[in-house]
Amino acid sequence: MERPAWAPRNIDISVPSVSRIYDYYLGGSYNFEVDREAARKAMEFMPGLPKIMQANRAFMRRAVRFAVGEGVTQFLDIGSGIPTFGSVHEVARAADPAARVVYVDHDPVAVAHSEAVLAGDEGTGVVAADLRKPQEILASSEFERLIDLNRPVALLLVAILHFVEDEDDPYGAVAELRDALPPGSMLVLTHASYEGIPLSEERAKGTVDVYEDIRNPLIMRTRDGIARFFEGYDMVEPGLVPMPLWRPDTAPEDDDRWAFSGFAGVGRTA
Amino acid sequence: MGLLRVRRRGAYGVSGGLDEPEDRLRRFATIWSRAVFPVTATSSTRPEFEAQLLPLARRLSDALKARSFDADEGKAVGAALVGVHCTDPEALSRSLDCVDAYLVLYCGGDGDQEDLRARSARLQHAMAAGYAQALRARTLAEQEAISAAALKAQGVVAQALHATEARFRAVFEGAAIGIGIADLDGNILQVNGALLRMFGVSGQTMQTRNVLDWTHPEDAPQTWKLYEELVRGEREHYHLEKAFYRPDGTVLWTNLTVSLLRDADGAPQYQLALMEDTTERRLLNLRLRYEATHDALTGLPNRTFFFERLEKALAAGEGQRFGLCYLDLDGFKTVNDSLGHAAGDRLLVEVADRLQSCATRPGEMVARLGGDEFVALTTGPDTERQVDELASRIMNALLAPISVDGRELTVRGSIGVVEGPAGERSAAEVLRSADITMYRAKSAGGNRFELADPEADARAITRHGLTTALPTALDRGEFFIEYQPLVHLGDGSVRGAEALVRWLHPQHGILGPDRFIPLAEHTGLIVPLGRWVLEQSVRQARAWRERYHDGGPLRINVNLSPCQLTHPGLVQDTVDILERAGVQPDALCLEVTESALIGADDALLKPLRRLAEMGVDIALDDFGTGYSNLANLRRLPVSVLKLDRSFTQSMQRFPADPVDLKIVEGIVSLAHSLDLAVTVEGVETGAQAEQLRILGCDTAQGWYYARPGPPDRLHELALVDATG
Repeated sequence: MERPAWAPRNIDISVPSVSRIYDYYLGGSYNFEVDREAARKAMEFMPGLPKIMQANRAFMRRAVRFAVGEGVTQFLDIGSGIPTFGSVHEVARAADPAARVVYVDHDPVAVAHSEAVLAGDEGTGVVAADLRKPQEILASSEFERLIDLNRPVALLLVAILHFVEDEDDPYGAVAELRDALPPGSMLVLTHASYEGIPLSEERAKGTVDVYEDIRNPLIMRTRDGIARFFEGYDMVEPGLVPMPLWRPDTAPEDDDRWAFSGFAGVGRTA
Repeated sequence: MGLLRVRRRGAYGVSGGLDEPEDRLRRFATIWSRAVFPVTATSSTRPEFEAQLLPLARRLSDALKARSFDADEGKAVGAALVGVHCTDPEALSRSLDCVDAYLVLYCGGDGDQEDLRARSARLQHAMAAGYAQALRARTLAEQEAISAAALKAQGVVAQALHATEARFRAVFEGAAIGIGIADLDGNILQVNGALLRMFGVSGQTMQTRNVLDWTHPEDAPQTWKLYEELVRGEREHYHLEKAFYRPDGTVLWTNLTVSLLRDADGAPQYQLALMEDTTERRLLNLRLRYEATHDALTGLPNRTFFFERLEKALAAGEGQRFGLCYLDLDGFKTVNDSLGHAAGDRLLVEVADRLQSCATRPGEMVARLGGDEFVALTTGPDTERQVDELASRIMNALLAPISVDGRELTVRGSIGVVEGPAGERSAAEVLRSADITMYRAKSAGGNRFELADPEADARAITRHGLTTALPTALDRGEFFIEYQPLVHLGDGSVRGAEALVRWLHPQHGILGPDRFIPLAEHTGLIVPLGRWVLEQSVRQARAWRERYHDGGPLRINVNLSPCQLTHPGLVQDTVDILERAGVQPDALCLEVTESALIGADDALLKPLRRLAEMGVDIALDDFGTGYSNLANLRRLPVSVLKLDRSFTQSMQRFPADPVDLKIVEGIVSLAHSLDLAVTVEGVETGAQAEQLRILGCDTAQGWYYARPGPPDRLHELALVDATG
């Protein structure tokens, strides 16, 4: 039965949430037993999941620093999840104290938590909205308050697009956001894929099934499928690559082999 | 001088330029970070992580060598580890190993090794304690925070839910449409106010009800079939009209839509009913239909409705028949004209009521067609008898006078009865037949019923048609006059002619007076027609006089109808016509039938007397056909007797009937003794003429001499010796 638009999503904390699972991978306690249970199950198939998450966040830090270095100090972080540590605004402000960040998530608990943590911080805002409805994000009061559309914006879609199914038109949503942001804006993206996982696809599928069971299916796109999100953008060197290879601060050989799962990239509009 | 590396006392010979304590501290930090970094989730790089551990390493190093030992420094370091996101206890384990293996080695300096080892151990314990405490505090804090967030989110959702619930409730309660929810067994779970009001029951009553209770005789056959399909999950929704009983006994009509509600997994869960009250609309429709099919004044079915029924009866199957009584009230117009339309209406209402009570059999129907015309219909296989009874009932019903405005009015009717099998004629044909039959009844005097008869109908149609065409015919000059000469039996001379009027009817051709004179008399048109005939004839007489002034005076005979007799203008009109034509009164002979003067009183005879005094001759036509009061004959202002042809017909043959001869002789004798001339009509043979001459008749008229013809022919005749 189709849930009508005006009906709010249920807050059923007996159902695992991907943000809380993500937090658990990163060693946090912003999670419940059901989240931990799901995480543990997922890790049975892919024990290196925490390392992938860590690499994700490390890439994000480097990308944010790069953006600030390029003069982009406004950030729209969609699918921001639970602000575990080293969040976008902390990293950005370390480089430019005037940096402004709008966090967007459709998980009401994540939103509530972020609001609590960021209460009183004038340079940040939290929006409860869904990537599938870009207009709701762009029309939100927080976006209007914090983002100056005369200056470039960095759009962060970190570890989120692999949770959006094709039938929800993620490519359309990304394009809509691209067109709504001024020239010189950036797209910062990571995406899960079977490519690079140090396991057979069959075994990795086990993890995909776990996410399927908790009703947040994991869509493992190919590199080409992921590259399509960058249509209309010029890729920043080195392009779309495994996370540890994107402008690393340290030698990639040091990195855990799991960290090479999936892809990351930054693009910029002319 | 270059930078000298001074070998500190007590430094161990460790490889590569680590003589400075600072360098050794850094080395320790590097090793520590390398050991712990793989088990942290920090987003920092290892060198960055190392930089975060360096101050912690420094604290341990300082604590190790401090004058008074403070184990709390270890606690602080342990806690700080948690602070740099080493939340995995493995990080503590590796940190402790690291401290155990390398702290004294790199940071010990010259102190007592025993002592330093003891301090290192104590620092490790403290680190563990500090770490555990900090991790516990952090975990609890994070759990607390996430629970609070979840609660808040739930609160937000609950609020939103509450808002939507409130919205839903507003819709549910405020809707003008009745809404109800029941489980699939039919148990009512929830209904809104509108539905309760529609049904006229309280909420408590409704809660105890089951959907299956609500059958109604008007339910369409598929009503419950659709319901079964829906509760079984085979149908998503259905829509139909359904009636319900209300506790007060009235009926509630609804437009009902029932939908199936499924749960999140798609299993059938509830049924949702939406009901729109259409009772009023239905009633309105029924009333509109009633008003469209019933006569506003009397409440009887109207023409439209009647035709529907008649057509249905005529379309009925084999063996079915119909009977129809078409009633027209006699003299209704008089009531309307004398008492006014309000009284007329009241009369009609009373008549309608009485007629309605005549329609006693099932299937019988009385309707008002308009004005004072009503019709009663009966159907079935036995209508021959039924319609007869129906007509009688109607006649009886009209017997009793009707009381209107204090007056007792006698109402009579003319009824045309048509009866026959279904399937033969159309409604229009049947009604036409009934109309004509009724008209025949009316023409026959009214207060009766007549049965339809195709021949009689045909004549009636014609008569009716002719009657209505008369006035126009007169205006259009469709009448013309033929003249039949009157011949003196003595010398065979033409003494005059009888004017005989004909009608050249556009459809029917030439019609003789018997076809239209009675009709003209009926409508009163005889007066203008008679005047016209008189005018024409008198003018013609003058024309003859001028032409044949050498012959004897020619007289014109014109027929006068009883209507004309009573017309007050008769004498004046005649005088005017004679004067206008410049003809002497003695040129005119007016023929009046014997029967018109039977029992005539002085009032009737007065105009004739006056005309006779003026010199106009009056002839008694068709003499011998009425029961004349012979004694009265003396009183009549007549001068001629025209003997009816029936007396003389036998004389056409030879030998004539002797009795007839005697009768004629007697009449002639009677007439002559009263100083009356005798004219014989219908003379067809010479023998007859001779016989009549012998008997003493004065003039004769008939085909023997000439058929009626145009006025010019008389000229020829006048010159011929008619006795030849």
